[in-house]
Amino acid sequence: MGIRFILMVNKQGQTRLAQYYEWLTLEERRALEGDIVRKCLARNEQQCSFVEHSNYKIVYRRYASLFFLVGVDNDENELAILEFIHLLVETMDRHFGNVCELDIMFHLEKAHFMLEEMVMNGCIVETSKSNILSPIQLMEKTS
Amino acid sequence: MDSLFQRSLDDIIKGLRHQQAGESAFVSKVLEEVRREIKSTDSHTKSTALQKLTYLHSICFVDMSWAAFHAIECISYPNFTHKKVGYLAISQSFQESTPVILLISNQLRKDLKSNVEVEVSLALECLSRIGNLDLCRDLTPEVFTLMASSRIPVRKKAIGVVLRLFGKYPDAVRVCFKRLVESLESSDSPPIVSAVIGVFCELASKDPKAYLPLAPEFYKILVDSRNNWVLIKVLKIFTKLAPLEPRLAKKIVEPICELMSKTGAKSLMFECIRTILTSLAEHESAVKLAAGRINELLIDEDPNLRYLGLHALAIVAPKHIWAVLENKEFVIKSLSDPDPNIKLESLRLVMEMVSESNVVEICRVLVNYATKSEPEFCNVILGSILSTCSNNVYEIIVDFDWYVSLLGEMSRIQHCQKGEEIENQLIDIGMRVQDVRPELVRVGRDLLMDPALLGNPFLHRILSAAAWLCGEYVEFIRNPVELMESLLQPRTSLLPPSVRAVYLESAFKALVFCLHSYLKSATSSDHSALGLSDPGVSSQSYDEFSGAHGENGEASGTTLIQENHITPDSVLHLLNLIDMAVGPLSGSYDVEIQERARNILGFTELIKPVLSDSLHPQDERHKQQVEASKMVRLLHDTFSDELGPVSMSAQGRVPVPDGLVLHENLADLEAVCGSSLPASSATISFEGSHNVEGATSIFISDQKEESEPSSESTSLLAEHRKRHGLYYLPSEKNTEHHEANNDYPPANELKSGVTVSNDAQDLAKLAEQSFLPKRKSKQVKARPVVVKLDEGDVLPISSKIPQAKDDSLSEAVRDVLLGNEADADTLTQKAAADSVIRKKGKEKLNAKEQEDDLDHMDSQSGTVQNPVKERSKRSSRKQNADEGDHGGDKGKQKRRHRHGKHRTREGVQNPPANVISQTPVPDLLL
Repeated sequence: MGIRFILMVNKQGQTRLAQYYEWLTLEERRALEGDIVRKCLARNEQQCSFVEHSNYKIVYRRYASLFFLVGVDNDENELAILEFIHLLVETMDRHFGNVCELDIMFHLEKAHFMLEEMVMNGCIVETSKSNILSPIQLMEKTS
Repeated sequence: MDSLFQRSLDDIIKGLRHQQAGESAFVSKVLEEVRREIKSTDSHTKSTALQKLTYLHSICFVDMSWAAFHAIECISYPNFTHKKVGYLAISQSFQESTPVILLISNQLRKDLKSNVEVEVSLALECLSRIGNLDLCRDLTPEVFTLMASSRIPVRKKAIGVVLRLFGKYPDAVRVCFKRLVESLESSDSPPIVSAVIGVFCELASKDPKAYLPLAPEFYKILVDSRNNWVLIKVLKIFTKLAPLEPRLAKKIVEPICELMSKTGAKSLMFECIRTILTSLAEHESAVKLAAGRINELLIDEDPNLRYLGLHALAIVAPKHIWAVLENKEFVIKSLSDPDPNIKLESLRLVMEMVSESNVVEICRVLVNYATKSEPEFCNVILGSILSTCSNNVYEIIVDFDWYVSLLGEMSRIQHCQKGEEIENQLIDIGMRVQDVRPELVRVGRDLLMDPALLGNPFLHRILSAAAWLCGEYVEFIRNPVELMESLLQPRTSLLPPSVRAVYLESAFKALVFCLHSYLKSATSSDHSALGLSDPGVSSQSYDEFSGAHGENGEASGTTLIQENHITPDSVLHLLNLIDMAVGPLSGSYDVEIQERARNILGFTELIKPVLSDSLHPQDERHKQQVEASKMVRLLHDTFSDELGPVSMSAQGRVPVPDGLVLHENLADLEAVCGSSLPASSATISFEGSHNVEGATSIFISDQKEESEPSSESTSLLAEHRKRHGLYYLPSEKNTEHHEANNDYPPANELKSGVTVSNDAQDLAKLAEQSFLPKRKSKQVKARPVVVKLDEGDVLPISSKIPQAKDDSLSEAVRDVLLGNEADADTLTQKAAADSVIRKKGKEKLNAKEQEDDLDHMDSQSGTVQNPVKERSKRSSRKQNADEGDHGGDKGKQKRRHRHGKHRTREGVQNPPANVISQTPVPDLLL
């Protein structure tokens, strides 16, 4: 499965985007997000970006007020996931220009489409920024 | 009209942002609106409502399963904006069991065939998220067509969807697999390769064997690709494949090493390290190279890299412990890292390093860290010490005296919450290791004596164990009166009833023991009017006597000690103490406490008149004493029966006696019992003792030499020397300890010595010393006998049979990959030495055949109603035939494989595995 879920959470612990690649009920999601956010937001800059959580691990990275949390299988490459997060942020940055929390809040749909371009079935399928963004630009033209 | 006043998603988001407290009220209000608006016939109103609902669903955990049908309506709208809202809602909220899911099948097919690229993308995305068996089966032909699309983004996504198709509908393999393999070679378009490698990475992680024939393609990518993402995935695939085929491992080790040293990307480098350590661990030079890179990670400033370095060491530890030992200093230092994750990882590594020769030193270092750590990590440390040391019936413990005093010390650590585990181990060791009982009792006594410990609820379980041990092995107690006092001290009221009951029972045992030895000494001093009772002499010689106990047992040693302590006065004192402390408990609400209290009181009532007479008037004395000692001896005998550990499977091994029919109805038992009750009770007691004997002879198999009387005196002496030549203490301390007769376990002294040096560096230094292999001190003390209960002792290892969940999937893959080849193979198996060219040629031929087959099918798909079904039927028939073929050949194959070098173990009962075991490893690589 590789990637199990991707979360964007602000520093108050509010979820701003949640994308799951396996089916969880709402209660499970709520519990999981609560657990993870509590675990990761308590950590400081001197600590590493990997947290073990039940039978998988979380790779997270903080950009200003926003935390990007990615749940991955244990044998996934942690550093590659960190790079993936960075790529995601760069891509959004290119699209929105100085991306911030509000951009993601008000353009949640677009953020989802970017993720869909990058990840399929929990596998990273696309890593080129222009390839990721071209369908979105196409969509904007179409609609 | 509706849409005019409808709030847009932006309104909702703004509204949500301005709600501070009443968010849920706002959400339910919006939800109400949505429920109304979504019923609208206007496509814009409906899709906006759905959009709002989707937003609330993913951010505020609002249920939207009720809107499933509306979402399906939205994707059927021609307007792309509405359509994509519908698709997003579906992929966020549908699951396989959503009732209306089948209704989207037609719409998906329509969109998959659309000319608009983004529509196709949406449909593919959607299928990859929610596809169930029916959807995947119905849409496989469309996806297959798209896999050859000229539009790269579409093709890429179609490949991504294939993973879902295979997972849900394994027969899709027979349709799509060939095209998937071909995509591997499309090196001209990187996105395709990266997508297809991702798919194979996932597939191979589930069933690597099936993809071994594709190794040449993967190898080509490994050597040629410049994309780190792709390389990481390929490495992951090889991590799975290499252990299956040693020749493949040999082939890839060089490029991987080169990649590892050349690349600038840490992620790729780490993946190389991981691949080498996991799957190429036999290649010493590669592991050395990897170890060098790990060192670089460990000294990096980035905590991420340090963590991963430790993680890599943990991977390598089981096979190459030297790599860990080289970095031991760093590992120990990491125990005080600011990051709890790094601490945990280094603790795991430290535990990996533990061996028989360094367990004492490592545990010392760890306990010191535990005392300084915050509660959570402290208990993690203690937990890992406990589990490592007790692993496989205390395999690594040689000096049990040390271990037992360590347990005592651990219980005193402020944050210790491992009461239950320590309790279990104390009792377990007491039962298994006879030689350590004196030390156990000493540790137990120290714990019991300390009134402060009674206030800590985490220690109650440990105290319970200590009380039980002191009662059970009371003969090793130096001063039973003192023990009684601590068992009955007022603060025991803080204990929970169950523990208190243990305290009472132990007090009872101790009392009986005191009386027994008092009466015994009284009679013996009566006869030999000399009397040994000079306290000065005896306290000095005490240690020697106690040293004798291990080998000597109770009989000879105990009387000598006890004489010094049990005077008529102290007996009176004891009886008074019991009246005072136990008396009130006879009315306790807890039945266990009440019952035990009454037992004790009843016994003292009985014994008091007899004893008090014997204490004073001279003439009657002898007669009374005999009577009292009879009583006491009876009880003493009851308590001094040895309790042995019992194997979990013991019951099963008791042979059923002849003539005993277990299955017969026992209805007539009552008649038999009624008539011969006294007789039967006699047989029961006889059988009881018989069982005990039987148990000892069955279970305690290693103790023969101990019961041999010939070597008794020499072994006594040896035992004594062993005990006091404790090799973990320097000799001068040892004598000090001996003279001081101190109350604390010797381990505590050492501890105070170390805690002075609080600095982490000092500890690291200490650790450095401690990891030096201590040849010198080796085996100063022989390991005592540890009773093991053969196979029943260790929990049965759950023989985990890796059951391939997606059996049908791997079967299908195998079929496609070597369906034809396998046939040919049985004919030309001897051609293991065949030339490269011939085999390759054949492969190509097969490939062509299959391709034709597929193309043929493709062209048919317009006319035939359901080509997939048709085909799968056909191929499954074919597969059956193949299997039949294999079945016939099995005998031959087995014989052949026995001569072969590699894995054929999967034998007869697993036909698919057998088929794969003859997977021709592509010769290109070899």
